[in-house]
Amino acid sequence: MPLPWRTARLVERADETATARTLVLDAPGWPGHLAGQHVDIRLTADDGYQAARSYSLAAPADGARLELGVEPVTGGEVSPYLADDLPIGASVEVRGPLGNWFVWRPEQDEPVLLVAGGSGVVPLMAMVRAHRRAASTSPFQLIHSVRGEADLWYRAELGAGDPALDVRFLYTRQAPPGSTRAAGRLMAADLEPALKRLTPTGTVYVCGPTGFVEAAADLLTSAGQDPATIRTERFG
Amino acid sequence: MTEVSPHVDGNSLAGPLSDIFSVDMTRASWRCPGCGSTGPLAELHVYGPEPGLTARCADCSRVALRLVRNGEDTWLTLGGAEGPFRFRTAQQAQG
Repeated sequence: MPLPWRTARLVERADETATARTLVLDAPGWPGHLAGQHVDIRLTADDGYQAARSYSLAAPADGARLELGVEPVTGGEVSPYLADDLPIGASVEVRGPLGNWFVWRPEQDEPVLLVAGGSGVVPLMAMVRAHRRAASTSPFQLIHSVRGEADLWYRAELGAGDPALDVRFLYTRQAPPGSTRAAGRLMAADLEPALKRLTPTGTVYVCGPTGFVEAAADLLTSAGQDPATIRTERFG
Repeated sequence: MTEVSPHVDGNSLAGPLSDIFSVDMTRASWRCPGCGSTGPLAELHVYGPEPGLTARCADCSRVALRLVRNGEDTWLTLGGAEGPFRFRTAQQAQG
């Protein structure tokens, strides 16, 4: 169905890392959305040139409030502007909600494993928050792979010890002092304990840069996880 | 520095295809006529957005769908790489 472009105003910007930002938009008339869905954001320059890009929603439906996670792409047309230059109070056009494949619905009661690479944590965070808001008792696990501690998103929230969520951080370049796991890319041993806790009907959501998602999906299927239970979203 | 990979996936087509199809096409399943691999459109490899969006088989890169839009026209190629349908959508009519 054609979805309208709506006007949304930037009301808040917060730093997640040195470069990554959480943006909060106010979108009057927003019809709501599911965890995992995204929106298209469109900017129009003075000369009429338009550029649109997709951004995942970081939080479940909450009236007109839309929370996005933006990691600026070097040389990108849209993300650096959204991340740091769009003034508070300024408007963009937003279309959505989009995507019915990479979603988690509170009615799902099977165990879930979320595997996030860098900014891929954004739509998975919407799932974490939706799971918490629904007071769901289905087992939820999150593995968040980042270069170093400074690259962690949602540090305070994910470090808070939510009993409904099992969180593991994995560092690819620099592990913090005292880490039991040496820095390095995601490997089979990282997924083994998590997969043991997924029953045969468990669902895995993998999101992040294309290379990360494809490597993770390969590790999962090699470990015996049914490909039909794995949902992926590649950010590029 | 964030590395930019050459492709994303069909989840990114949800918006552009919402102007054309009355169903959510990202969940449509597709069997590649070249290599036989199957899966939802959401998991095809998508290249673009310039000069348009090209969705390819994740295994053999055969073109599944191509979508090009300029200000007034949409060109949609379904399967194969030739013979686009050309039309205007309601979004474009509104300007």
